[in-house]
Amino acid sequence: MIKKQGLGSGVQGPGRKYLFFWPLAFGLFLILPLIDHSAYHQDVLVTAGIYILLALGLNMIVGYAGLLNLGYAAFFGIGAYTCAGLNLAWHIPFWLALPVAVVVTGFFGFLVGLPVLRVKGDYLAIVTLGFGEIVRIVFNNLDPITGGPNGLLGIEHPVIFYPVFNPSLIWKRFDFGVSSFPYYYLVFFCVILVAYFSLRLDRSRIGRAWIAVREDEVAAGCMGIPVPQVKLLAFGVGSSIAGIAGSIFAAKQGTITPDSFDFILSVMILAMVVLGGMGSVPGVILGGLVLSILPELLREFSIYRMLIFGLVMILMMIFRPQGFLGNVRRKYELTTR
Amino acid sequence: MELFVQQLINGLTIGTIYALIALGYTMVYGIIQLINFAHGEVFMVGAYIGLTAITFFGFVSGSTLPMAMLYLAVMLLISMAGSGLLGIVIDQIAYRPIRNSPRLVALISAIGVSFVLQNAVMLIYGPQDQGVPQIVPDIHFIFGDVTITLMQIMILAVSLVLMVFLNFLVQHTQLGRAMRATSQDHKMARLVGINVNWIISLTFFIGSAMAAVGGVLFGLYYHTVNFHDGYLAGLKAFTAAVLGGIGNIPGAMVGGVLIGLAEGLGAGYISSEWKNVFAFVILVLILLFKPTGLFGERVADRA
Repeated sequence: MIKKQGLGSGVQGPGRKYLFFWPLAFGLFLILPLIDHSAYHQDVLVTAGIYILLALGLNMIVGYAGLLNLGYAAFFGIGAYTCAGLNLAWHIPFWLALPVAVVVTGFFGFLVGLPVLRVKGDYLAIVTLGFGEIVRIVFNNLDPITGGPNGLLGIEHPVIFYPVFNPSLIWKRFDFGVSSFPYYYLVFFCVILVAYFSLRLDRSRIGRAWIAVREDEVAAGCMGIPVPQVKLLAFGVGSSIAGIAGSIFAAKQGTITPDSFDFILSVMILAMVVLGGMGSVPGVILGGLVLSILPELLREFSIYRMLIFGLVMILMMIFRPQGFLGNVRRKYELTTR
Repeated sequence: MELFVQQLINGLTIGTIYALIALGYTMVYGIIQLINFAHGEVFMVGAYIGLTAITFFGFVSGSTLPMAMLYLAVMLLISMAGSGLLGIVIDQIAYRPIRNSPRLVALISAIGVSFVLQNAVMLIYGPQDQGVPQIVPDIHFIFGDVTITLMQIMILAVSLVLMVFLNFLVQHTQLGRAMRATSQDHKMARLVGINVNWIISLTFFIGSAMAAVGGVLFGLYYHTVNFHDGYLAGLKAFTAAVLGGIGNIPGAMVGGVLIGLAEGLGAGYISSEWKNVFAFVILVLILLFKPTGLFGERVADRA
């Protein structure tokens, strides 16, 4: 029997009941900026989308392959700096810089993964944390290339050309500029693409290999899974997603500073993955959406924000370690040793 | 040469503070194989408790040396007691319920604790740096171009006394034997009549109290404390614990001093801007090439 492979099929366990929910959400978010013209709302959603991209990327490393990474913001930073640097140094347009940034970020992920294969568990977490700090300090101190603490400014916004028949063919230029509207669709498209990619990956040979390695490395190795290569792939692919997010972030902001890529961001992204449900794509999207919109709603309580995050993280680990929409397999894995 | 000796002294001073924090990491790891990620924040809270204590007792600047010693002792004792209790409470609330869960769960819970403590302190004391009054008189001993302050001597002395005491406690007392037994095998320790939960609480208490001493000395040394201080200091102390071999108490002391020296000499000879990178580079290299650390028998890769 051929199983349905739509977005909803990624929801396991209790989530299956809400199959209709995802097309509905898709439609809603597709037309949202056309109905709701509030620039503020659009801006919040673009930021949320960038966070969701990051969370989806981290989910491949932490959720699928079970490799805890506490330095993910570094890859976001590498993506942003690559895109911005290419643009500022050689005026390479966004659309060309984006794939380069993705490749570069993926390569760095791979590079970090290489030595990291020698350590496991919470030691891996600490090594990635150390790497994240090193990257941030390098951004901060390597003034000639990264602009030091002031960062890089004057990054060009993306530009597209579209044909108009009037009456002959003319190419019109459209600059994304500073308004959030065009970025909304760019981010939306990327989120859908990465989410679909994640879901397909989850069911693929590679995804199953990741899950096998996560659950029992020795057993996976015995079954012929090349454990080191599989782990490296998770690091590389997962990090490259941060390259997409970083490029969009750099192009939209026009300015990037090392402060944007600190440890708090790494933890925030991890919190999105954990709260949403490690290894569950709909869960991670939900986690990203909730954690980026909630602080906006709680603006007046914003000083309590991180305190509440901390409490939620502890409570979640005690009472529901598999997250909001965690899959069943993950639940058994996290609650029993 | 003067620069070398001066940086050696500065490195040694900050290194012993790292060593005090590292003790807590290594003791807790030794007994329940948990990286207590919130330990750096306990250090920071210790500094704030010390500050609150002297503010409460109304310290007047410029008192005599014996008075200053008394104040320092009061500060240390209150801070040790408060932080020690905090350590026990953290364990009871955030770690005990998930004692048998995989490492990932405990680590995330620990990060949560770290966030809660940082932000609680920020909400209570405000985000700005808090000035710490000069308790120990500002006396400089000058040998040629090398200066050593009374504060530095005090830090070295207090740390040394505590470390000797801790070593005695662990190696030569009944309680220490119970702790070592528990770290080897919980079930066996329970069978021979050791109250394992009590020993774990005690470990958290001692570790946190040591960090609190580090925190008080850190505050007095730099004259200011900030709610952010725990993160970086904690990470460096963790590096020290790993460098010395996690779970190994003398290792943590040596590791702390080595990290402090690396940082002091690195800042003196290479660049102080890159100061914070050295510890992380050492951490990554140690974990990659000698995960057992200098003295540890434990292999640091249990998932």
